[in-house]
Amino acid sequence: MLRARALDDRRFVLNRAGKLAFIISPRGHEVAQVAAITALEPGRDRFCLYYRNFAAALACGFTAEELMLSAFARAADPSSGGRQTPGNFGSRRRGVIIGSSTVGPQIPKAAGIGLALKWKGEGALCYVSFGEGATSQGDFHEGLNFAAIHQCPVIFFCENNHWAISVPQALQVAGPGVAERAAAYGIPGVRVHGDDFFGVYAVVSEAARRARSGMGPTLIEAEVLRLQSHSTDDDQRAYRDAAELAAEAARDPIPRMRDVLIERGWLTTESDAELREQVGREVERATDAAEAAPDPNPGSLGRHVYADA
Amino acid sequence: MPERNLVQAVRDALDEEMARDDRVCVLGQDVGLKGGVFKATEGLQSRYGAHRVLDTPLAESSIAAVAQGLSLEGFRPVAEMQFVDYSLLGFNQIVNEIAKVRYRSNGDFSCPLVIRAPTGGGVRGALYHSQSPEAFFCHVPGLKVVLPSTPRDAKGLLKAAIRDPDPVVFLEPKKLYRAERQEVADGEAALLPLGAAAVVRDGVDVTAVTYGYMRAVTAQAAARLSQDGIEVEIIDLRTLRPWDVEMCIRSIHKTGRVAVIYEANRTGGFGAEVAAELAERCFASLDAPVSRIASPDVPAMPFSPTLEHAFMLNPDKVADGLRRVARY
Repeated sequence: MLRARALDDRRFVLNRAGKLAFIISPRGHEVAQVAAITALEPGRDRFCLYYRNFAAALACGFTAEELMLSAFARAADPSSGGRQTPGNFGSRRRGVIIGSSTVGPQIPKAAGIGLALKWKGEGALCYVSFGEGATSQGDFHEGLNFAAIHQCPVIFFCENNHWAISVPQALQVAGPGVAERAAAYGIPGVRVHGDDFFGVYAVVSEAARRARSGMGPTLIEAEVLRLQSHSTDDDQRAYRDAAELAAEAARDPIPRMRDVLIERGWLTTESDAELREQVGREVERATDAAEAAPDPNPGSLGRHVYADA
Repeated sequence: MPERNLVQAVRDALDEEMARDDRVCVLGQDVGLKGGVFKATEGLQSRYGAHRVLDTPLAESSIAAVAQGLSLEGFRPVAEMQFVDYSLLGFNQIVNEIAKVRYRSNGDFSCPLVIRAPTGGGVRGALYHSQSPEAFFCHVPGLKVVLPSTPRDAKGLLKAAIRDPDPVVFLEPKKLYRAERQEVADGEAALLPLGAAAVVRDGVDVTAVTYGYMRAVTAQAAARLSQDGIEVEIIDLRTLRPWDVEMCIRSIHKTGRVAVIYEANRTGGFGAEVAAELAERCFASLDAPVSRIASPDVPAMPFSPTLEHAFMLNPDKVADGLRRVARY
């Protein structure tokens, strides 16, 4: 979580300095993302992530340097070799299924992956995440419907930050919310506070237990805050209430997570400071290495269109 | 060798490939119990089981997406879109997802699968069961597009498509499903390579490049022109992406004249691409402008028989077009 936050802060500075073209921030989502992935098994499970899953990608095993390579669109970016905008994570060996930039297509794709995993019968599952905006797409319905019919081992994880760029939930989602929609498919639908690490962990663990034991998919709605604008090309101050933004900033889940850990005696102010320093150094190294790394060779433009090219 | 019509040849190809490779599976609306609305998957579910021949919900986007998911996990899915007109509901999955998986992951992922769909008109299918939208798919790097016109080609190319390492859109002219019967080889002897056209009639006066149902229409037109002393060389492209431009060029070097005959709307149709490429590559060999003989630019083929007839190319229209090129 700290690593994601520190890297993201650095990416913003680099964007404003004109060094990075485009960034989508996970700010406010980090706790929910890391809690969810921690409840699963990277290396065994499959992960269809979406563009705001920067912290989830780190939890799946991407390193700080790899994500910086992607931010700089360098040749060694492990997701796409600099072809996609950062946020489209992919790594076959880590089970992270390469994403794309339209909203929602990963949802029915995850149902198909889930069907394959069910056929293989090895107890692996497919985790797919998306924002509440994606739940307006037909693909949301098609994916949940298919996965529920075939009892596919899939966890549908909606990170509801209540804003799809500038469109608020009231104009996006009819009814009380996303979780209730699970009832229509006859699957469990659970709403959880995304800043509650242990709550998210418990809900995802239960969904994983169900998936692995052949009981089918679960829809989870984690309520989170969007503490940063949609992307570096957006400024949410133009359409969101200043007082509301200030109130949300005061509810930042990362300091709250630190307080919980200190309360439980699992962290001290000293070890927290030490961690932050360590992460800071890591961000320095990752940034320096990525900035110095070579761009893709223009001659590689036509590679990997087909198997033989 | 057994005699087969085109739809039987498709079914044989699926059957043989499923028997050969247990990763091959079939999915789509109505493909299981019913065996497909055109019977292309008849009998496969009772032979291979309900999971390898899977009836899906009526939802083309998820048919394409589920096929992609299965492929990413190592299966070799063959998804059926009941009509190619309906495949547009899965267009984002096909174009933005399936076609770009290899490219956008810099080669880390690939997505070998086949999307089969009946295409074309002339069966009173009206606007939404008659379209020829192959150009949409041909425009997309990352996809291969096949459109056979005979039982032999359908079987050989579908087997090759299932084995291909890249996603293939396999379009079957529904008007030909039960037209011609042909002796079709079994097993490996049936295989045909993707990307190879065929000269299906020799001629010296004008080259006719065509594919799908238009091959038969062009052949009838050529027979008439032959009586007037005009010998048409017909090339059936069979695969549209990648298409066999070299074979077309060789023919044009002989005839000096070329027309492209296609069932789709004239503007922006795949034949327009063929015409442009051949004009560019063969300019010095041409004695006449490259000509397109295609369907009119109305949205689709109407239901009324008189309007359907007015829309469709037929041997008269194609013969007229070819004669103009020959006598230019």
